[in-house]
Amino acid sequence: MFVNQFLILAAILFCIGVYGVIARKNGVMVLMAIELILNAVNLNLIAFSMRNGSADGQTFALFVIAVAAAEVGVGLSLVLLIYRNRRTISLDDLSEMKG
Amino acid sequence: MLIAQNIGFAIIAAIMIVGAIRVVTTSNVVHGALWLVVVLAGAAAQYVLLAAEFVAVTQVLVYIGAVMVLFLFGTMLTRSRIGRDSGLNNTYWKMGIPVALALFAAMAIALIDSFGSEKMPSDGSIVNTQQISDQIFGPYLLPFWALSFVLLAAVIGAIVLARKD
Repeated sequence: MFVNQFLILAAILFCIGVYGVIARKNGVMVLMAIELILNAVNLNLIAFSMRNGSADGQTFALFVIAVAAAEVGVGLSLVLLIYRNRRTISLDDLSEMKG
Repeated sequence: MLIAQNIGFAIIAAIMIVGAIRVVTTSNVVHGALWLVVVLAGAAAQYVLLAAEFVAVTQVLVYIGAVMVLFLFGTMLTRSRIGRDSGLNNTYWKMGIPVALALFAAMAIALIDSFGSEKMPSDGSIVNTQQISDQIFGPYLLPFWALSFVLLAAVIGAIVLARKD
């Protein structure tokens, strides 16, 4: 097994996630794309953990999983709140912060 | 052994990439969530291939168990149409394709330049779960505490944001 095969798979997933964040309008779909990005990062961390024979990478991956769970919880409650106030979760319609 | 690992890697990687592309292109929010399950399960399988069984089990429990239920509830509560929905993409969604391709080209060049054909250590020391727990409750104890406060704050924040008053 090459080191690069895991890193390039993670790069592909990361780029698909970035595309999703750019292209999607629905708030829930944007959060799903962010999950793809976080998973790509985890794959990298664990590949490096095996390459270096060190437990640090797996520890970081566990931290990332916990932070991602918190992020999804808060993110979805924000989407829910936006939906309740605006009756839409289309991110194009949220322009109050535009200068 | 190594050939079997490589075949397994290729199959899982292909499934993951197809699933990820479906997540960002499908026109049905619920289908997107279910394709995300495919990607997350594939990631867990790759972790097993990389001898990280504890992280793999955590991935299955937290992502496929908890996060996916959150997504389905979010879909349900926000009237994202159950079924096809043509309004999921931005008007300028095509801009995402060159950005993603350029990003991937930059990363692929950097990765091939730095790691080339370096192989994983085949007889290296496998990291076991005991070492991970020694790390978490040893040098990473303070970040672990901070993380538990982050989770507590997130739970309270989610309740405060989402409750009706």
